Amino acid sequence: MAHEFAVELRDVVKQFVTPEGNLLNAVDHVTMQIKNGEFFSMLGSSGCGKTTSLRMIAGFEWPTGGEVYIEGEAMGHTPPFLRKVNTVFQSYALFQHMTVYQNVAFGLEMEGADKNEIEKRVKRALEMVQLTGMERRRPKQLSGGQQQRVAVARALVKVPDVLLLDEPLGALDLKLRKEMQLELKALQQQLGITFVYVTHDQEEAMTMSDRIAVMSKGKVQQMGTPVEIYERPANRFVADFIGESNFLEGRLKSLSAKEACVVVPQLNAELTGIPVSHGLAVGEEVTVSIRPEKVHIAEKGMSQNTFKGKVTNTVYIGTDTHVFTDVHGKSIKVFEQNRISRLDPGSFYTVGQQVILVMMPENVLILKKD
Amino acid sequence: MLQRLRENKSAQGTLLALPTILWMFVLLIIPLLLTLVISFGRRTADGGVIFTFTLENYTRLLGYDTSCDTGASACFNPLYMQILGRSLSLAFNTTVWVIALAYPLAYFIARANPKRRNTFLFLVLIPLWTNFVIRVYAWMMLLRKEGAINIILGSIAHLLHIPFQPLEMLYTPGAVLVGMIYEFLPFMILPIYTSLEKIDLSLYEAAADLGANGIKTFLRVTLPLSMPGVVAGTILVFIPVMGTFIVSDILGGRQVILVGNLIQRQFLDARDPTFGSAASLILMIMTLIVTYFYTRKFGFGEEIVVA
Repeated sequence: MAHEFAVELRDVVKQFVTPEGNLLNAVDHVTMQIKNGEFFSMLGSSGCGKTTSLRMIAGFEWPTGGEVYIEGEAMGHTPPFLRKVNTVFQSYALFQHMTVYQNVAFGLEMEGADKNEIEKRVKRALEMVQLTGMERRRPKQLSGGQQQRVAVARALVKVPDVLLLDEPLGALDLKLRKEMQLELKALQQQLGITFVYVTHDQEEAMTMSDRIAVMSKGKVQQMGTPVEIYERPANRFVADFIGESNFLEGRLKSLSAKEACVVVPQLNAELTGIPVSHGLAVGEEVTVSIRPEKVHIAEKGMSQNTFKGKVTNTVYIGTDTHVFTDVHGKSIKVFEQNRISRLDPGSFYTVGQQVILVMMPENVLILKKD
Repeated sequence: MLQRLRENKSAQGTLLALPTILWMFVLLIIPLLLTLVISFGRRTADGGVIFTFTLENYTRLLGYDTSCDTGASACFNPLYMQILGRSLSLAFNTTVWVIALAYPLAYFIARANPKRRNTFLFLVLIPLWTNFVIRVYAWMMLLRKEGAINIILGSIAHLLHIPFQPLEMLYTPGAVLVGMIYEFLPFMILPIYTSLEKIDLSLYEAAADLGANGIKTFLRVTLPLSMPGVVAGTILVFIPVMGTFIVSDILGGRQVILVGNLIQRQFLDARDPTFGSAASLILMIMTLIVTYFYTRKFGFGEEIVVA
């Protein structure tokens, strides 16, 4: 019977010695629980500890402290070949001296499966990744996308408890990457296998994951669904790393049960009626964040949270127009969706134009100072 | 005229290749043709060559003998075939031994800390700074009756109160084999090292990830991927061992005669360049045949380029 958590990291630390001879916690007291059948992503920029965490689950590295559990079993120093997890490598790591068929069959041969069984399962795995007919090719004769599929088939043919994917789409071009994202997601849902996915691409993580762990400097900054992470970032790092944000420094002026008022000297104004959820104290220095697409450019202002600004630059990127404004010396980004097809340059904002910006209180987030 | 040359690509190519072609012609093709022509000739009493067309030298190599002890007009003399066979088997044995010794060493260097690798490679190359002949003489010092090995063995025996007879190691086939292995070991280590070093570390991880333990990973991944290095090394060792005469001359004395010695003596002692030429060509053909079948089976090692 499957354990509730496919993978569990309990207070895991991985220490490395840097070339200068210093000790570095590549993974710094990380605890995470990955549920069975979940598509779980570790998201962060390079050096955040996501790949090291993945490698500790695979068994290529052993934790300096803490413990990794797979299906409730403590892994200790269990070598990779005795763990019921399989990996799709960033470089694919295909065996160049073997055909596609031999690559996929390799893991089954290691299990000692009999020939008929191997043939059946390899055939099914290749069907799954739409590579039927490619059995006798060598990896070098395949495109990047096809090689990637072989790597997935080679790992999935073993029917692992957990499939680990280390930036598997990094080498593909944008269009193919998006296609593969949906395919991998569909595959995961169809097979019900737990996927642990490492990526630095936030859009990729958002597209595919049930839950995301945002990592930085060896620590988990926030863990949650894509919506939670985007709409309720836990701190400034997450708000900055996922999507874009306007950050304003301010001080909490007053606080009621549900709402807060923040003085923002940068705008020479106050933001009022902001919903609050976590423990804050009046007088506390805070960071206020608002997403650029949640700032509105209005004809007429409201009585509150309305600012006069001047357009400093506009960038047309197809779906949106990015309008950069200057409010009392502070730059505020606004993303306006291009809902109407238009060519007339007069219908766009022009540099130097005076505009009115509205920040609806429910779109404003108060973040504690790091 | 220069203008026309600028437009004529194929003439440019020919001109650029000309020095190489000339070199090949002067240093390779012409000497080879001369050898071929001489091998069909007949020797004069004072070591000169009468240019004619006779297969006598070749039939003699294959064992056709007209000066028989039995008094018959012709009989089979296996002497030269034995020499050819001995060379072939020695080259084969040397290659096998060298692979067996070089592979673990190359593997060790390839998996060592990258900072130390260059030091190890440097150590492998150090013997090559000394002249080939001098290195062979050094082995003579080690192997002879009053040599280092016998002295050490003798003193150990003396300590243990065992009667000791110095071993006769020099001037035996074994001494020649040891000398050959020693001389050609670096030429196997380097290409195998290169091919091992090129293997992406993630392949070892992938094999482990798919359930292969250390031994299975070695047999199914490491070994096949390093075969180009083994093939290149084999070519670099087998061919020169077939032709070398210095090692067998110094460490084998008159006991171990190889094709190389045979050819050398035909030109210098027996003053029979026609027979020497025929033996040279037979050696070349034999080497080519072995190399041909070998590379057809295993491919031409890419690593040959580095050595």
